[in-house]
Amino acid sequence: MSISWYLAISAIVFALGAGGVLVRRNPIVILLCLELMLNAANLALIGFSRMWGNGDGQIFALVVIVIAACEVTVGLGLVVALHRRRLPVDVDELRELQG
Amino acid sequence: MSTFVFFVAAIGAITGAVGVIALKNPYYSVLSLVGHMISLAALFLLLRAEFLAASQVIIYAGAVIVLYVFVVSYVGDAAPALGQDPGRLAALGAFACGGALVVELFIAVLGSGLQAIGHDGAPYHAGFGTPGQIGTLLLTRFLAPFEIASYLLLIAAIGAVTLARRRGGLDDGIEGDAPVLELLDVLRPRPAATGTMAEAGGSRGMSEP
Repeated sequence: MSISWYLAISAIVFALGAGGVLVRRNPIVILLCLELMLNAANLALIGFSRMWGNGDGQIFALVVIVIAACEVTVGLGLVVALHRRRLPVDVDELRELQG
Repeated sequence: MSTFVFFVAAIGAITGAVGVIALKNPYYSVLSLVGHMISLAALFLLLRAEFLAASQVIIYAGAVIVLYVFVVSYVGDAAPALGQDPGRLAALGAFACGGALVVELFIAVLGSGLQAIGHDGAPYHAGFGTPGQIGTLLLTRFLAPFEIASYLLLIAAIGAVTLARRRGGLDDGIEGDAPVLELLDVLRPRPAATGTMAEAGGSRGMSEP
Protein backbone atom coordinates (compact mmCIF):
# COMPACT_ATOMS: atom_id res chain seq x y z
CA MET A 1 0.00 0.00 0.00
CA SER A 2 1.31 3.45 -0.80
CA ILE A 3 1.81 5.97 1.98
CA SER A 4 -1.01 8.19 0.70
CA TRP A 5 -3.58 5.60 1.85
CA TYR A 6 -2.31 5.86 5.41
CA LEU A 7 -2.39 9.66 5.21
CA ALA A 8 -6.00 9.49 4.00
CA ILE A 9 -6.97 7.31 6.99
CA SER A 10 -5.14 9.74 9.27
CA ALA A 11 -7.05 12.72 7.81
CA ILE A 12 -10.42 10.97 8.22
CA VAL A 13 -9.73 9.97 11.83
CA PHE A 14 -8.51 13.49 12.67
CA ALA A 15 -11.66 15.06 11.24
CA LEU A 16 -13.84 12.57 13.16
CA GLY A 17 -12.08 13.54 16.38
CA ALA A 18 -12.49 17.25 15.67
CA GLY A 19 -16.20 16.77 14.93
CA GLY A 20 -16.57 14.80 18.16
CA VAL A 21 -14.99 17.61 20.19
CA LEU A 22 -17.51 19.99 18.65
CA VAL A 23 -20.60 17.83 19.04
CA ARG A 24 -20.24 16.12 22.44
CA ARG A 25 -20.70 17.84 25.80
CA ASN A 26 -19.37 15.21 28.20
CA PRO A 27 -15.76 16.12 29.08
CA ILE A 28 -14.74 12.43 29.22
CA VAL A 29 -15.89 11.88 25.63
CA ILE A 30 -14.16 15.12 24.60
CA LEU A 31 -10.93 13.70 26.03
CA LEU A 32 -11.55 10.50 24.03
CA CYS A 33 -11.95 12.59 20.88
CA LEU A 34 -8.66 14.38 21.64
CA GLU A 35 -7.08 10.91 21.80
CA LEU A 36 -8.49 10.21 18.33
CA MET A 37 -6.85 13.36 16.96
CA LEU A 38 -3.49 12.56 18.58
CA ASN A 39 -3.67 9.03 17.20
CA ALA A 40 -4.31 10.38 13.72
CA ALA A 41 -1.21 12.54 14.06
CA ASN A 42 0.75 9.48 15.20
CA LEU A 43 -0.37 7.52 12.15
CA ALA A 44 0.78 10.33 9.85
CA LEU A 45 4.13 10.60 11.67
CA ILE A 46 4.77 6.87 11.39
CA GLY A 47 3.71 6.94 7.75
CA PHE A 48 6.27 9.63 7.00
CA SER A 49 8.86 7.73 9.01
CA ARG A 50 8.27 4.71 6.76
CA MET A 51 8.36 6.91 3.69
CA TRP A 52 11.89 8.13 4.47
CA GLY A 53 13.11 4.90 6.07
CA ASN A 54 14.13 7.00 9.06
CA GLY A 55 13.34 6.39 12.72
CA ASP A 56 12.91 10.03 13.75
CA GLY A 57 9.17 10.06 13.07
CA GLN A 58 8.72 7.10 15.40
CA ILE A 59 10.47 9.02 18.20
CA PHE A 60 8.08 11.93 17.58
CA ALA A 61 5.14 9.51 17.79
CA LEU A 62 6.50 8.14 21.06
CA VAL A 63 6.71 11.69 22.49
CA VAL A 64 3.13 12.30 21.32
CA ILE A 65 2.05 9.16 23.23
CA VAL A 66 3.75 10.52 26.37
CA ILE A 67 2.07 13.91 26.01
CA ALA A 68 -1.30 12.21 25.45
CA ALA A 69 -0.82 10.26 28.68
CA CYS A 70 -0.06 13.51 30.57
CA GLU A 71 -3.09 15.24 29.07
CA VAL A 72 -5.37 12.32 30.00
CA THR A 73 -4.06 12.29 33.57
CA VAL A 74 -4.68 15.99 34.13
CA GLY A 75 -8.02 15.99 32.27
CA LEU A 76 -9.40 13.04 34.20
CA GLY A 77 -8.14 14.63 37.44
CA LEU A 78 -10.19 17.71 36.55
CA VAL A 79 -13.27 15.56 35.85
CA VAL A 80 -12.90 13.82 39.23
CA ALA A 81 -12.47 17.19 40.97
CA LEU A 82 -15.62 18.49 39.23
CA HIS A 83 -17.58 15.45 40.30
CA ARG A 84 -16.40 15.76 43.90
CA ARG A 85 -17.55 19.34 44.13
CA ARG A 86 -21.00 18.35 42.75
CA LEU A 87 -20.50 20.54 39.70
CA PRO A 88 -22.26 19.44 36.51
CA VAL A 89 -20.04 17.25 34.31
CA ASP A 90 -20.99 19.15 31.18
CA VAL A 91 -18.75 21.55 29.28
CA ASP A 92 -21.68 23.81 28.36
CA GLU A 93 -22.50 24.39 32.02
CA LEU A 94 -18.96 25.25 33.07
CA ARG A 95 -18.74 28.87 32.02
CA GLU A 96 -17.22 30.54 35.04
CA LEU A 97 -13.82 31.04 33.44
CA GLN A 98 -15.40 32.79 30.49
CA GLY A 99 -15.14 36.21 32.11
CA MET B 1 -2.25 -10.11 1.84
CA SER B 2 -1.00 -6.82 3.23
CA THR B 3 -3.67 -5.00 1.21
CA PHE B 4 -6.37 -7.12 2.81
CA VAL B 5 -4.97 -6.52 6.32
CA PHE B 6 -4.72 -2.80 5.58
CA PHE B 7 -8.36 -2.50 4.58
CA VAL B 8 -9.59 -4.55 7.55
CA ALA B 9 -7.54 -2.43 9.97
CA ALA B 10 -8.51 0.84 8.29
CA ILE B 11 -12.22 0.00 8.41
CA GLY B 12 -11.79 -1.03 12.05
CA ALA B 13 -10.04 2.24 12.91
CA ILE B 14 -12.68 4.40 11.23
CA THR B 15 -15.56 2.39 12.70
CA GLY B 16 -14.01 2.71 16.16
CA ALA B 17 -13.63 6.46 15.72
CA VAL B 18 -17.25 6.82 14.59
CA GLY B 19 -18.34 4.73 17.56
CA VAL B 20 -16.47 7.01 19.99
CA ILE B 21 -18.37 10.08 18.88
CA ALA B 22 -21.73 8.45 18.09
CA LEU B 23 -22.42 6.18 21.08
CA LYS B 24 -24.44 7.75 23.88
CA ASN B 25 -23.04 5.77 26.81
CA PRO B 26 -19.46 6.84 27.70
CA TYR B 27 -18.65 3.20 28.58
CA TYR B 28 -19.35 2.12 25.02
CA SER B 29 -17.34 5.07 23.74
CA VAL B 30 -14.33 3.87 25.75
CA LEU B 31 -14.77 0.30 24.47
CA SER B 32 -15.03 1.59 20.92
CA LEU B 33 -11.76 3.47 21.48
CA VAL B 34 -10.11 0.16 22.42
CA GLY B 35 -11.13 -1.29 19.04
CA HIS B 36 -9.80 1.82 17.33
CA MET B 37 -6.45 1.59 19.13
CA ILE B 38 -5.96 -2.08 18.27
CA SER B 39 -6.78 -1.47 14.59
CA LEU B 40 -4.32 1.40 14.62
CA ALA B 41 -1.65 -0.87 16.11
CA ALA B 42 -2.20 -3.22 13.15
CA LEU B 43 -1.65 -0.26 10.80
CA PHE B 44 1.56 0.58 12.68
CA LEU B 45 2.72 -3.00 12.17
CA LEU B 46 2.05 -2.68 8.44
CA LEU B 47 4.25 0.43 8.49
CA ARG B 48 7.02 -1.64 10.16
CA ALA B 49 6.83 0.23 13.46
CA GLU B 50 6.93 -2.85 15.68
CA PHE B 51 7.94 -1.15 18.91
CA LEU B 52 5.30 1.56 18.55
CA ALA B 53 2.59 -1.00 17.78
CA ALA B 54 3.45 -2.84 20.99
CA SER B 55 3.59 0.34 23.06
CA GLN B 56 0.30 1.51 21.54
CA VAL B 57 -1.40 -1.67 22.71
CA ILE B 58 0.28 -1.66 26.16
CA ILE B 59 0.07 2.06 26.98
CA TYR B 60 -3.15 3.08 25.26
CA ALA B 61 -5.31 -0.01 25.06
CA GLY B 62 -4.02 -1.08 28.46
CA ALA B 63 -3.11 1.67 30.92
CA VAL B 64 -4.92 4.74 29.58
CA ILE B 65 -8.14 2.84 28.91
CA VAL B 66 -8.12 1.43 32.45
CA LEU B 67 -7.88 5.02 33.73
CA TYR B 68 -10.85 6.02 31.56
CA VAL B 69 -12.94 3.07 32.69
CA PHE B 70 -12.28 3.85 36.35
CA VAL B 71 -13.21 7.51 35.94
CA VAL B 72 -16.36 6.69 33.94
CA SER B 73 -17.49 4.28 36.63
CA TYR B 74 -16.60 6.81 39.35
CA VAL B 75 -18.54 9.65 37.76
CA GLY B 76 -21.26 7.27 36.59
CA ASP B 77 -24.75 8.58 36.01
CA ALA B 78 -24.48 11.10 38.82
CA ALA B 79 -24.08 13.94 36.39
CA PRO B 80 -27.49 14.88 35.02
CA ALA B 81 -26.36 15.85 31.57
CA LEU B 82 -23.90 13.02 30.95
CA GLY B 83 -23.84 12.32 27.24
CA GLN B 84 -26.82 14.49 26.50
CA ASP B 85 -27.73 14.97 22.89
CA PRO B 86 -26.82 18.36 21.45
CA GLY B 87 -29.20 20.25 19.24
CA ARG B 88 -29.77 19.16 15.68
CA LEU B 89 -28.27 22.37 14.38
CA ALA B 90 -25.09 21.88 16.43
CA ALA B 91 -24.73 18.33 15.12
CA LEU B 92 -25.17 19.51 11.53
CA GLY B 93 -22.64 22.30 12.08
CA ALA B 94 -20.09 19.89 13.55
CA PHE B 95 -20.66 17.50 10.64
CA ALA B 96 -20.07 20.34 8.17
CA CYS B 97 -16.89 21.39 10.02
CA GLY B 98 -15.60 17.80 10.01
CA GLY B 99 -16.35 17.39 6.30
CA ALA B 100 -14.59 20.66 5.49
CA LEU B 101 -11.61 19.52 7.56
CA VAL B 102 -11.41 16.21 5.65
CA VAL B 103 -11.49 18.00 2.31
CA GLU B 104 -8.87 20.50 3.44
CA LEU B 105 -6.55 17.80 4.79
CA PHE B 106 -6.92 15.73 1.61
CA ILE B 107 -6.01 18.75 -0.50
CA ALA B 108 -3.12 19.67 1.80
CA VAL B 109 -1.60 16.20 2.10
CA LEU B 110 -2.48 14.32 -1.08
CA GLY B 111 -2.37 17.34 -3.38
CA SER B 112 1.03 18.42 -2.15
CA GLY B 113 4.17 18.17 -4.22
CA LEU B 114 5.54 15.25 -2.20
CA GLN B 115 6.63 12.71 -4.79
CA ALA B 116 7.18 9.80 -2.44
CA ILE B 117 3.68 9.49 -0.98
CA GLY B 118 2.56 7.62 -4.06
CA HIS B 119 5.09 4.85 -3.40
CA ASP B 120 5.49 2.16 -0.81
CA GLY B 121 8.20 4.09 1.00
CA ALA B 122 11.91 3.61 1.35
CA PRO B 123 13.32 0.10 0.94
CA TYR B 124 13.04 -1.87 4.14
CA HIS B 125 16.24 -2.68 5.93
CA ALA B 126 16.51 -5.08 8.82
CA GLY B 127 16.23 -3.49 12.24
CA PHE B 128 13.94 -0.63 11.21
CA GLY B 129 11.43 0.17 13.96
CA THR B 130 12.76 -2.44 16.38
CA PRO B 131 13.21 -1.61 20.09
CA GLY B 132 16.96 -1.55 19.50
CA GLN B 133 16.77 1.21 16.91
CA ILE B 134 14.28 3.25 18.96
CA GLY B 135 16.42 2.88 22.08
CA THR B 136 19.58 3.90 20.25
CA LEU B 137 17.88 7.00 18.87
CA LEU B 138 16.34 7.89 22.25
CA LEU B 139 19.66 7.70 24.05
CA THR B 140 21.77 9.45 21.43
CA ARG B 141 20.08 11.99 19.17
CA PHE B 142 16.91 12.48 21.17
CA LEU B 143 18.32 12.38 24.69
CA ALA B 144 17.03 15.83 25.67
CA PRO B 145 13.39 15.20 24.56
CA PHE B 146 13.54 11.86 26.36
CA GLU B 147 14.57 13.49 29.66
CA ILE B 148 12.08 16.34 29.27
CA ALA B 149 9.28 13.83 28.61
CA SER B 150 10.09 12.05 31.86
CA TYR B 151 9.90 15.35 33.78
CA LEU B 152 6.62 16.12 32.02
CA LEU B 153 5.16 12.79 33.14
CA LEU B 154 6.26 13.45 36.73
CA ILE B 155 4.71 16.93 36.73
CA ALA B 156 1.46 15.63 35.22
CA ALA B 157 1.20 12.91 37.86
CA ILE B 158 1.76 15.40 40.70
CA GLY B 159 -0.70 17.83 39.10
CA ALA B 160 -3.41 15.19 38.76
CA VAL B 161 -3.03 14.14 42.41
CA THR B 162 -3.17 17.77 43.54
CA LEU B 163 -6.24 18.47 41.38
CA ALA B 164 -8.27 15.44 42.39
CA ARG B 165 -7.30 15.38 46.07
CA ARG B 166 -9.95 16.36 48.57
CA ARG B 167 -8.83 19.30 50.66
CA GLY B 168 -10.32 20.49 53.89
CA GLY B 169 -12.16 23.75 53.35
CA LEU B 170 -12.48 23.55 49.60
CA ASP B 171 -15.67 21.51 49.70
CA ASP B 172 -17.51 24.23 51.60
CA GLY B 173 -17.56 26.87 48.94
CA ILE B 174 -19.80 25.16 46.40
CA GLU B 175 -22.68 27.61 46.33
CA GLY B 176 -21.81 30.51 48.59
CA ASP B 177 -18.42 32.11 48.90
CA ALA B 178 -15.97 31.03 46.27
CA PRO B 179 -13.22 28.72 47.54
CA VAL B 180 -9.73 30.05 47.14
CA LEU B 181 -6.84 27.69 46.52
CA GLU B 182 -3.54 28.99 47.84
CA LEU B 183 -0.06 27.60 47.82
CA LEU B 184 -0.48 26.80 51.49
CA ASP B 185 -3.37 24.42 50.68
CA VAL B 186 -1.02 22.23 48.67
CA LEU B 187 1.59 22.16 51.39
CA ARG B 188 -0.41 21.74 54.57
CA PRO B 189 -1.31 18.26 55.82
CA ARG B 190 -4.76 17.00 54.94
CA PRO B 191 -7.37 16.59 57.67
CA ALA B 192 -8.31 13.20 59.05
CA ALA B 193 -10.87 11.02 57.20
CA THR B 194 -9.88 12.41 53.83
CA GLY B 195 -7.49 11.06 51.27
CA THR B 196 -7.43 8.02 49.06
CA MET B 197 -7.24 5.31 51.72
CA ALA B 198 -9.95 6.78 53.93
CA GLU B 199 -12.30 7.27 51.00
CA ALA B 200 -11.71 3.80 49.60
CA GLY B 201 -12.37 2.16 52.93
CA GLY B 202 -15.07 4.57 54.05
CA SER B 203 -14.73 6.82 57.07
CA ARG B 204 -16.09 4.34 59.61
CA GLY B 205 -14.56 4.77 63.02
CA MET B 206 -13.30 8.23 62.24
CA SER B 207 -14.94 11.49 63.11
CA GLU B 208 -16.50 13.26 60.13
CA PRO B 209 -14.69 16.49 59.34
